[in-house]
Amino acid sequence: MVENYRPRIGVYICHCGINIGSVVDVDAVVEHASRLPGVVVSRNYSYMCSDPGQGMIKEDIEKEKLNRVIVASCSPRMHEPTFRNTLKDAGLNPYFLEMANIREQCSWVHEDKEKATEKAKKLVEAAVVKALLLEALEEKEVDVTPSCLIIGAGIAGIQAALDVADAGFKVYLVEKSPSVGGHMSQLDKTFPTLDCSACILTPKMVDVANHPNIELMTYSRVEEVEGYVGNFKAKIRKKARYVDFDKCTGCGDCAEACRLAGRIPSEFDESIGNRSAVYLPFPQAVPAVYTIDPERCLQLSKGKCGKEGPKCAETCQAKAIDFEQQDETVEVEIGTIIVATGFDIFDSNRKPEYGYADNDNVLTGLEFERLVSASGPTGGKIILGRDKKGEGGYEPAKVAFIHCVGSRDESVGNEYCSRVCCMYLAKQAHLIKDKLPDADITVFYMDVRAFGKGFEEFYDRVRREGVRYIRGNPSEIYKKGEDHTLIVKVEDTLTGTPLEHEADLVVLGVGLEPRQDIREIIDLFKLSQSTDGFFLEAHPKLRPVDTASDGIYLAGCCQGPKDIPDTVAQAKGAASSALILIASGKVKVEAQISVVSTDECRGCGFCVEVCPFGAIELVDENRMGNIVKVAEVNEALCKGCGSCAAACLSGAIQPKSFKDEQILPQIAVLGVKA
Amino acid sequence: MSEDAKSEEFEPNIVAFLCNWCSYAGADLAGTSRMHYLPNVRIIRVMCSGRVNPLFLVNALQQGADGVLISGCHPGDCHYLEGNYYARRRFMLMHKLLEHVGVDPGRVNMSWVSASEGAKFGDVIEESVTKAKEAGPMDQFRRRRINW
Repeated sequence: MVENYRPRIGVYICHCGINIGSVVDVDAVVEHASRLPGVVVSRNYSYMCSDPGQGMIKEDIEKEKLNRVIVASCSPRMHEPTFRNTLKDAGLNPYFLEMANIREQCSWVHEDKEKATEKAKKLVEAAVVKALLLEALEEKEVDVTPSCLIIGAGIAGIQAALDVADAGFKVYLVEKSPSVGGHMSQLDKTFPTLDCSACILTPKMVDVANHPNIELMTYSRVEEVEGYVGNFKAKIRKKARYVDFDKCTGCGDCAEACRLAGRIPSEFDESIGNRSAVYLPFPQAVPAVYTIDPERCLQLSKGKCGKEGPKCAETCQAKAIDFEQQDETVEVEIGTIIVATGFDIFDSNRKPEYGYADNDNVLTGLEFERLVSASGPTGGKIILGRDKKGEGGYEPAKVAFIHCVGSRDESVGNEYCSRVCCMYLAKQAHLIKDKLPDADITVFYMDVRAFGKGFEEFYDRVRREGVRYIRGNPSEIYKKGEDHTLIVKVEDTLTGTPLEHEADLVVLGVGLEPRQDIREIIDLFKLSQSTDGFFLEAHPKLRPVDTASDGIYLAGCCQGPKDIPDTVAQAKGAASSALILIASGKVKVEAQISVVSTDECRGCGFCVEVCPFGAIELVDENRMGNIVKVAEVNEALCKGCGSCAAACLSGAIQPKSFKDEQILPQIAVLGVKA
Repeated sequence: MSEDAKSEEFEPNIVAFLCNWCSYAGADLAGTSRMHYLPNVRIIRVMCSGRVNPLFLVNALQQGADGVLISGCHPGDCHYLEGNYYARRRFMLMHKLLEHVGVDPGRVNMSWVSASEGAKFGDVIEESVTKAKEAGPMDQFRRRRINW
């Protein structure tokens, strides 16, 4: 093959418009490259990645019989696949490409034109000396298991599951709480259209439970994941509900009979409502199967429930209560994974000046959603100060809303905007106007960001309805005297007036934060975080649902704060990305894997010890009648990290394209001063 | 005075080994965000910081580099599970060894830079260059021609 002949290198320097050309003297780099060993063609072009740019490379490969190509342009993380395809189209092995990063790591970060040009020359030279030693690599394909694991069954996970399942493939949908639905199921109305959240969500919740292609695992956790793109294996622990899944009819007799009925704060109702120890999180929960809270249940936590034993078991006609139930672990094989683990709301106690811990009438936005929801503990009536039995109380006459609690606030470490608070507060203000038309409503804001479809119109509507917006970030919220009146201390920054605003109810527009247990998911899937703590996508613009790990995708607020339409759009994106792999049935595996030179291997096994994937083992080799141990690489398991090469004493094991002999010449070029 | 003037003129040359998934991406992000840093650093991309053979450090210093930087994913975030831990162990050993043979320990540095830490990457370069400047030009390992 042409590739094995003496190297004939083509060097292509990209101007990238003025991105590179305005700092680096491209002509000087072209001139420098043309004199390097093995280089037969050295050219420049305004955009190498464009059609004519790639055409130029293809033409030269054919006419000049090039067998190595250097493209000096942007980062290989950006366009390496593009130019690999160019080589392939021209009939050259794609691994004969080497890129020099003279944009992200040169022209964009250096101002001194002379030094940047010198650096670019060196980077190109290092690419040339490496290219001299490149080898043709074979790209292998493996089958993709036609199924998808989705973690988190909020609206993101539900939508992704339905899309993959509707395409005809198996989905394992894992949710850690007893019901699907996520945060969306807690909401009353949705902005800006005021659709009832439950009305649009519950049909989808029922669909995931009934879909023949979806295996729903609620009250479960993924414990272990191994394998690689197309062939993952996951261990899922289904926690014991202490209620027989098949026998429970969801009648609710047990919850009424429970000795602790109405005495345990309900997570679903954000603790403003109560539940029993055996509970259904909310009436529309899917599956409609009760769960016993093992930490609160007297029988399970204390081993004794009253004198006559547990009342729930006695009441249940279906005999579904089973205190002996054990956790169950299942193993599934999947081809792709979608992470849709969602968010936590900001903990208002981290802003003690807002008095959340001390005042019952300071609520978070989510608590207010439960208060105003028809399915909530007050049946949708906005009533404060109820007694323990949920009776009595009064309607607030003056309500204050506070924007940006825990968002855009460096003092709590969250610089980002949570994107939903402006609008949900506007919606909540509208809901109060709707239910209590005489209420005096004031919103304290930093900025109002009404950027989405229909947002600005909705904001205008709310203001026309008589909601007052005052620009100012409150410094303190405290109780005035003995009654329930609160004082919001704030400066109206548009008029420069200090105010002590009175309110009966203060709603904090709490922001969205990465989940407290995000570390568990990171450890499972080796995902990266952005500086804001949410999961990092593979590319901020062009690969917003992909992760750095092939075959693992992101959907919803685990990647960053989003409203419902954006979450659904991203979930559909993640589903379609997962389906590309599943539907094509094949995936290319890493070609740049380690290879052993058996002649040099002394069988010490150091590489076996350091390999994180267990991809290396020692096998017997017959060396002129002597049986010796040598290392052997399992090509399906090796991911090409190269840890083995750094451990190898004789240099016998080397990752392809990153061999010692390919890196040392680069060091020789870059180590020498210009 | 002349000493100070000399060290000001001296521009160290630093070879950096960055892992593909975190630090190289972090360096790219520094570029995309147009964060300016010193041009003294030249980057070699490896798939994992665990790939960096201690030999590379010595080799770079031998070739005339005044400083070497290894940068990988934060502990626990390695794309290959544990490559950065191996890198750290090897680095610690090599660091001690180099110090033992008289190389200024400021010349060889290791850092964790994630794919979202463009600004941190700039700081790491700044720090490495400052340390290498303090150490002065590297000529301890230069191969001399021997006249037999």
